[in-house]
Amino acid sequence: MASSAFSRNESRYFYALVALGLFVVLLGYLGMHAMEEHGHIITGMNNQIVWGIPHVFAIFMIVAASGVLNIGSIGTVFGKVPYKARAPMSGLLAIALLSGGLAVLMLDLGRPDRIIVAATYFNPTSVFAWNIFLYSGFFTLAAIYIWTMMEKRINPWSKPVGFLMFAWRVLLTSGTGLIFAFLVVRQAYASALLPPMFIVLSFAWGLAVFLIVQSAMYTWNGRGLDPAILKRMKNLLGVFIISSLYLVATYHLTNLYFAKQTGFEHFILRDGGIYPTIFWAGYVLLGSLLPLALIYFPGMGNTKAVVSASLLVILGSFALLYVFIIGGQAYPLSIFPGYEVSSSFGDGQIGKYIPSLPEILLGFGGLAIAFLITIVSTRVLKSLPLDVAVVTPKNDA
Amino acid sequence: MSETNLDRRDFLTKSSIGLAGLAIAPGMLLFDMAHARPLGEAASNKVRWGMLIDNNKCETGCNDCVTACNTENGLSGGTKPTDSQWIRKVQLKDTFTGRVSSLPMMCQHCENPPCVDVCPTQASFKRADGIVLVDKHICIGCRYCVMACPYQARSFVHEVLHDQKPEVPRGKGTVESCTLCVHRIDKGDTTACAEACTKAGHKAILFGDLNDPESEISKRIRTVTSTQIRADLGLNTGVRYEGI
Repeated sequence: MASSAFSRNESRYFYALVALGLFVVLLGYLGMHAMEEHGHIITGMNNQIVWGIPHVFAIFMIVAASGVLNIGSIGTVFGKVPYKARAPMSGLLAIALLSGGLAVLMLDLGRPDRIIVAATYFNPTSVFAWNIFLYSGFFTLAAIYIWTMMEKRINPWSKPVGFLMFAWRVLLTSGTGLIFAFLVVRQAYASALLPPMFIVLSFAWGLAVFLIVQSAMYTWNGRGLDPAILKRMKNLLGVFIISSLYLVATYHLTNLYFAKQTGFEHFILRDGGIYPTIFWAGYVLLGSLLPLALIYFPGMGNTKAVVSASLLVILGSFALLYVFIIGGQAYPLSIFPGYEVSSSFGDGQIGKYIPSLPEILLGFGGLAIAFLITIVSTRVLKSLPLDVAVVTPKNDA
Repeated sequence: MSETNLDRRDFLTKSSIGLAGLAIAPGMLLFDMAHARPLGEAASNKVRWGMLIDNNKCETGCNDCVTACNTENGLSGGTKPTDSQWIRKVQLKDTFTGRVSSLPMMCQHCENPPCVDVCPTQASFKRADGIVLVDKHICIGCRYCVMACPYQARSFVHEVLHDQKPEVPRGKGTVESCTLCVHRIDKGDTTACAEACTKAGHKAILFGDLNDPESEISKRIRTVTSTQIRADLGLNTGVRYEGI
């Protein structure tokens, strides 16, 4: 009864969700407009912490965009059949997330009205400029990739395009890691480990987003996911969470070994107030260990547990990025090693940052853009993954 | 009588020429030292502007260079974390010996500036004569250069500006830093901070052409030990320090 009532009103629910998405986009617009009008003075950002919460949202979405495409690559490039059925949806989600992330990144600029300048003046030595090229290529390739999969006549092309897409997404996430890795003077960032670390993080974050969207779509359509496929995907998420933990641990442990970096590591991992708390409680405990328990603990691993684990992985990703981006800037630059320094410009002091409402709204506005593109495109393009031998009428939850 | 008058006139004429000469000569000399370029001629890499800052002469508590910079460039002089500070006094205490000193810190006008490398739009650029600047017309305000600068020398304009100086363009939403008083240098003048330091009697900031072997700054860095801050980064800064 309930499900037939749902199908009668399905269209209404859909439009209600669209309206909700549009409302959050509107809130994001208001946040952006206030920042445009008054300048960044109304944000928590300052001359010490120049990148704030909008960058946490933007980088999450950009990294997850390339990660979610990994689902498609496992099918197309590595020939795994269950993932092949999921490739179109992974492509759509990738476009949605990248759109949301880039919107936030662009609208946080001091002069978003000059964004066209980024295309007309190109600095070949800037990894930011490379990224502009990588992002536009990603959009184009993802669109072609989806087209090759949805249009039967050009189906054979999906494999070579998928290969190219896979290479491109590895480059794109490397580029995101390099934005930080190239910052040679920042103790938090100058590490060649960052591009591979971002790639592995993208696997976990992208899969988490995919699992949530997939579960929502199956529920929406009154279908059940084949338990065997759910098991494969949740185990894969577990492997990605463990790999991410390994790389994050390696990054901190190598830093701890260098005497010049120990001050920074003590700050981030032990003494830095909210940053160690967010790192240990947010990323390690809630964002990694608890999801692993939900995935692997005997009796766990059903749809509800996997969706909860995925939501926690996303929460953990925000925690990790907050500590990485904002905590990394809060620790003062080492301009005079061996000296205690002070000045009127924050030398030697821990930078202060409290995110303000407009910048938080901007971040959520970006998420809402990704949400809107996802629900509209998945409905219009019918990208629901249909597994060939599905016999279970209802999921195992 | 008339002979006497002629002598007097002659004396007045000659002495006024002499006085005028005395008055103009230092200016002419400065003009020559500073290689002021005629208007319309591009900056040349034959010149590399730089500064030598003597940490021993820089007095703790004196802020004249900062005040002069703020006045010259139309900065508010505020010290909130969102205010622009193109030059600041940094107090140093050697953690091992306990020696206390202070020095002015500003854009170091690197030969290989990280801000120029990372800028996506080439708004951060280095002029042929070594001055690192921001083109206010193409800066999109991404702040990547602020992240990349090893000296925390850059500020982001966080709010709407009023009463700007016409010769020092600034703008909300763009990044800015010490211009080495490029508008003064192009007229053959010295920087506001160096001028204020000399005026205060400290003479801790010596400005000049690092490429001219005969300039005072070149002669000085040949004879005294000078250091670049974070020399390990290999940036070859145009601003050097003595006594740290």
